[in-house]
Amino acid sequence: MLRYSPLIALLVLAVPVLCGLAGTVLPAFGYLPALGGEDFSLLPFGELFSQTGIWRSISQSFFIGIISTALSVMLVAGFVSAWYGTRLFKKVQYLVSPLLSVPHAAAAFGFAFMIAPSGFFARLFSPWLTGWERPLDLLIVNDQLGLALIAGLVVKEVPFLLLVTLAALPQIAAIKSSHLTQSLGYGRMAGFLLSTWPSVYRQIRLPIFAVIAYASANVDMAIILGPATPYTLPVRLVGWMNDPDLKMRFMACAGACVQIAVTAFALLVWILIERFTGAASRSLAAKGNRYTHDWGFRVTASVLMTASALIVFGGLLVLALWSVSGLWQFPNTLPNTLSFKNWMRALPGLSQPLITTIIIGGASVAISIIISLACLAREQQTGRNGGNRALLLLYLPLLVPQIGFLFGLQLLLLSVNAIASWTALILVHVVFVLPYVFLSLSAPWRAFDKRYDSIGAALGSSNWRIFWRIRTPMLLRAILAACAVGFAVSIGQYLPTLLIGAGRFPTITTEAVALGSGGNRRIIGIYAFMQMMLPFIGFLLASTLPALIFRNRRGITGL
Amino acid sequence: MSYASTGLKIDGVRISLNGRELLAVDHLINPKEVLTIMGPSGSGKSTLLAYIGGFLDPAFEAEGDVYCSDMNITLVKPQQRRAGLLFQDPLLFPHMSVGGNLVFAMPADIQPKAERRSQAEQALTDVGLDGFFERDPDTLSGGQKARVALARVLISRPAFLLLDEPFSKLDADRRAQMRELVFENAKRRSLPVLLVTHDREDALAANGTIIEVGSQTAGQ
Repeated sequence: MLRYSPLIALLVLAVPVLCGLAGTVLPAFGYLPALGGEDFSLLPFGELFSQTGIWRSISQSFFIGIISTALSVMLVAGFVSAWYGTRLFKKVQYLVSPLLSVPHAAAAFGFAFMIAPSGFFARLFSPWLTGWERPLDLLIVNDQLGLALIAGLVVKEVPFLLLVTLAALPQIAAIKSSHLTQSLGYGRMAGFLLSTWPSVYRQIRLPIFAVIAYASANVDMAIILGPATPYTLPVRLVGWMNDPDLKMRFMACAGACVQIAVTAFALLVWILIERFTGAASRSLAAKGNRYTHDWGFRVTASVLMTASALIVFGGLLVLALWSVSGLWQFPNTLPNTLSFKNWMRALPGLSQPLITTIIIGGASVAISIIISLACLAREQQTGRNGGNRALLLLYLPLLVPQIGFLFGLQLLLLSVNAIASWTALILVHVVFVLPYVFLSLSAPWRAFDKRYDSIGAALGSSNWRIFWRIRTPMLLRAILAACAVGFAVSIGQYLPTLLIGAGRFPTITTEAVALGSGGNRRIIGIYAFMQMMLPFIGFLLASTLPALIFRNRRGITGL
Repeated sequence: MSYASTGLKIDGVRISLNGRELLAVDHLINPKEVLTIMGPSGSGKSTLLAYIGGFLDPAFEAEGDVYCSDMNITLVKPQQRRAGLLFQDPLLFPHMSVGGNLVFAMPADIQPKAERRSQAEQALTDVGLDGFFERDPDTLSGGQKARVALARVLISRPAFLLLDEPFSKLDADRRAQMRELVFENAKRRSLPVLLVTHDREDALAANGTIIEVGSQTAGQ
């Protein structure tokens, strides 16, 4: 049974992506018999490019993807090079880490509630400093240039990139390298960036590519924060895909192909940027200048990093506050009155999406953890971990723009009458949950001291018994943490739930994004608050359960 | 050479953890001399090295001064102390060539590029790695990597050497060779050397004062 586990992982991940891609490309060229498209043609593309502002939408997606990723990477590289190994670094790390579990939509709402003309910042400084008695008539959120979206993506992606960087650092003796370069006379930042960062970068390259793919093709954050006239390409595509006029789907699929090209082009440009910065860094390293006066940069890096975390935290608090606010007039910093009336009113409508969210999350995590454990157990048997090919397979669903294969998958499922079924919905969540579950479980699993297995075997235990009686209990903390990560990923999924659920399976996330356009901050506050609480509860359980089960075993709980 | 050192004076240095004293050293290391700190792992012997280099973990409490060429180096940043560090692992930067590692360490006042390269090539020849400038560090043997690390630290013109178990990962043959190479080069450049090790052979080969630290030796 175990020997088929890698094959099952391959099927679960690659089949939906590849079939979905095919299902997107064929209609893009006019072929979709179910909707009367019998002949191949370029008409869908012609129609797409005749849409007003289409080139603006396309270029926006490209620039927003590249710029937000570049800023995130620069911020992480700057902060890590400036402070790694210090007390401040540890503090900021603890501040930033929990933000990883916050769903994109909740972070975006919180961010919007902070920076909007009637948002918390404006209230904080009004009217005593600004003199504003009413909110400025200014487009800060949903601005034309997409600056709010770029900033929102940066504050959301920085925690992710910081955590993958933190996972890479111990493997390359970064602290000792840093001591070495400082003794050679290099400024802290220059020494780190020239000597250690290239090795770090090699390890976080795939996650960065995934960030580019997400940032250039995301829908939920772009709806909440992005430009509206015109919308970014992915947002327009989803609109056409959900249009009652089924003929629009040909054009939507053509647009999805263009979106794949846009993301691929962004990745290509990124690789060129890599080449250029790599060459520049080598030439600086060979020159030998020490760049010791970096205090200003170090302070800037820490201030920006802390601010990016605090603005998300602040946003989440403001969301929570809105959910219990009565009257909250501008420019009052805090609500005039508090009340639970909003919750009372929202609760009946909230329960069904909540149950759906938990069922989909729980089921997709259960499937993912079983497949991951089976693959890791198999890897242990054979001693082969699949190397780079396995890693690429895991990243496949994260590197292809979601739109690119979800459109096709929706059309395929429609044609076999499997759309909007629990099975389809859960399986499509597995496509995105499994990579994260596997990636977070594999590191502790592989680092496990194999001598424990040997002792078990020498005592006459079967592999099965070793797995259940030795590995699983000792790695319980890591297994539950991987489950919590997977659950958080499932909660955050907007597009797969919307498209494969065909609107008939509203979850907390799809409801929150849908409510976003209505602009009722109290209701948005409630849904976004629920959205961020669910992953939080997951992580809380993951960290307290092992402590509870092994309360008399200091060696496992680490307390 | 103007970079020659007048010795490394460790003046009443005490390092403790949670109020428990780990070591107390008061010693002048003259140029060409080696002071060896010996003790089992976990005895805190590396903390002295970290204190002198400027990297002591803030969890430790430390007092005392360290003078090099009449300058109290504990008052300046690690960048200005001119410590030459050698660790157990060679820590060659994998994205640079062997030569790239050397020119990275070379002081910036050596210019132009051609001069930097020729000095790096000479330094490689000095450690028996003639023609290794363009090589990928990853293709080198353990002993060769250790020699590149030595060449790299020497070319940075340090005022003294801090050696943190630099021979412990080499096999017996290489170990003796490498020891000789390091000590000989330190002598030739008149460098004071502080060696931290758990290996008695290293300590004896250093041919200098030995200070033993750690609870085990204290009890004997």
